[in-house]
Amino acid sequence: MSTNNEKRDTYYQSIIKQGYSRRDFMKFSTYMAAFMGLESSMVGQIAQSLENTPRLPVIWEHYQECTCCSESFIRSNHPIVADIILDRISLDYSLTLMAASGHQAEAAKAETMKKYHGEYILCVEGSIPLGDDGNYCCIAGKSAKETFLEAAAGAKAIIAWGSCASNGCVQAAKPNPTEATPIHKIVKNKPIIRVPGCPPIGEVMAGVIMHVVAFGRLPKLDRLGRPKAFYGKRVHDTCYRRPYYDAGLFAETFDDENSKKGYCLYKLGCKGPMTYNACASMKWNNGVSFPIQSGHGCIGCSEEDFWDNGPFYERTTKVPGFAVESNADTVGKVAAGVLAGGLAVHAVAANISKRTELMDRIKRGKTNEKNIDS
Amino acid sequence: METKNFKRVMVWELPVRFFHWVNVLTIIVLTLTGFLIANPPALQSSAEATNLHSFGIVRFIHFAAAYIFFFNMILRVYWSFVGNKYASWRAFWPFSRKMWNNFWHVMKIDIMLLNEDHPDVKNISVGHNSVAALSYLVLFFMAIIQTFTGFALYADTSGWWLPQLFTWVSPLLGGDFVVRQIHHIAMWIFIFFSIVHIYLVFYHDWLEGRGEVSSMFGGYKFVREDRVKKVIKVDETESKE
Repeated sequence: MSTNNEKRDTYYQSIIKQGYSRRDFMKFSTYMAAFMGLESSMVGQIAQSLENTPRLPVIWEHYQECTCCSESFIRSNHPIVADIILDRISLDYSLTLMAASGHQAEAAKAETMKKYHGEYILCVEGSIPLGDDGNYCCIAGKSAKETFLEAAAGAKAIIAWGSCASNGCVQAAKPNPTEATPIHKIVKNKPIIRVPGCPPIGEVMAGVIMHVVAFGRLPKLDRLGRPKAFYGKRVHDTCYRRPYYDAGLFAETFDDENSKKGYCLYKLGCKGPMTYNACASMKWNNGVSFPIQSGHGCIGCSEEDFWDNGPFYERTTKVPGFAVESNADTVGKVAAGVLAGGLAVHAVAANISKRTELMDRIKRGKTNEKNIDS
Repeated sequence: METKNFKRVMVWELPVRFFHWVNVLTIIVLTLTGFLIANPPALQSSAEATNLHSFGIVRFIHFAAAYIFFFNMILRVYWSFVGNKYASWRAFWPFSRKMWNNFWHVMKIDIMLLNEDHPDVKNISVGHNSVAALSYLVLFFMAIIQTFTGFALYADTSGWWLPQLFTWVSPLLGGDFVVRQIHHIAMWIFIFFSIVHIYLVFYHDWLEGRGEVSSMFGGYKFVREDRVKKVIKVDETESKE
């Protein structure tokens, strides 16, 4: 914990102090440029920025979550990345990773918040329950909402890690008993970067946080506040199985021949065509694989309400307001049938009700037919 | 009993008929390809993906038809400002007293199938009746929904500025899941509309006998002679039709 350092080192100084070489530092800068989606000519700028920028303190809060975001982050591409960002340099407070505990840890956080008011970066992992006065999630005797508002007040920017903080994720699924709420609905006056995913890709997290701490500004965001570099494309549009989709070659079940051949998982409910994420291009676990490459469709974990937009293994989606298993097509077919039946009844009824009129017309028509001359 | 005399009246001008049939074709194509895209059939082929592009073609047809549908709709909106009174936007505006009187009349006579003792010929609409007008208004609204949701889903794969105008729809509605769902449900409303629309066209042709079906081909409907103002010079061949 470096909270009590009076003089703030630059990133470069901290890295060298930790025993890394200049060469390690340059490697780190190169990784970061790659993660941020920058071109190689930007490596120098990142190195320069890290050499000259005093380190920014980071407070990492955990609320209603499973810590998969932290787990993902510490597994990001190179140990040096997580090591440098998390452990040695910036992290002033993180329930999961800090060595301190109890009152001392809380005191350290309070001190950081006071000392670096308006400068520190607040990372939030997890949604915040608003139901029952926020009693569903309490840390150190305070509710999540209380702690969050306190920490957010002095933050320079807030990063919402994962689908919990960005969208509410599983705990916000209907009926959302704890009123789990994503953070952008609670704090409106701070710049918020949303990094959805369950969890987000570790390299993406590293890229985002480094962009903020190294350049002191937010990366380019899309309309939902997600970094464009990582959430600008659908998984589907960068998927290596895309040629099978365009060819119309689909796996029908998980154990059929087509599945073995590696055909597109579209019919098995792959949500890649609706999900914006970098899984297909950056992949997971040091670029080893990602769900679709492992033979399982995307479940759309980085999309809002993905849990309520199931089922995961079918193309169809449930229609709200109808029986549990009904989808739009079932409802449509039944309605079309009822409609056609109703019209048939109407047609018969019309002929009965309007028979006088019809008979008259037919009679007149037939009379005219007989009287045709020439 | 004497047969009533009818006059031939140009009701549906050429652009209206053109719009109607292009609309019919594109809606059929969009619905069929839409179903295929939503739930593609198993393709029995041993060819390599390199040599196949069948699903890509289905999607291409869907997108191409969508563009035609969209521009065709714009043509119709334009014509509602310059066309005749049966094509005018005023004919679709459901808030006048006259429209509402006609609406209730149609509901009574044509939907509930009641009979009148003394039918008033003026209650029979020359163009479309008020209930039909309302259904077309709903359909137009559906077309707008399909345009917005469709282009929203399509925009990400296109560089053109027109689809790019709709990139805000997906974030607003909460992602592509919801957008796709709305797009799919709205398609069913087009199907329901078509069923009822075709039935009612046949119904009116059968009960009124003034060329309801053929009017969308030739543009003419037959209107009772006593409803047409006397003109000074009458063409011999047209007068007694």
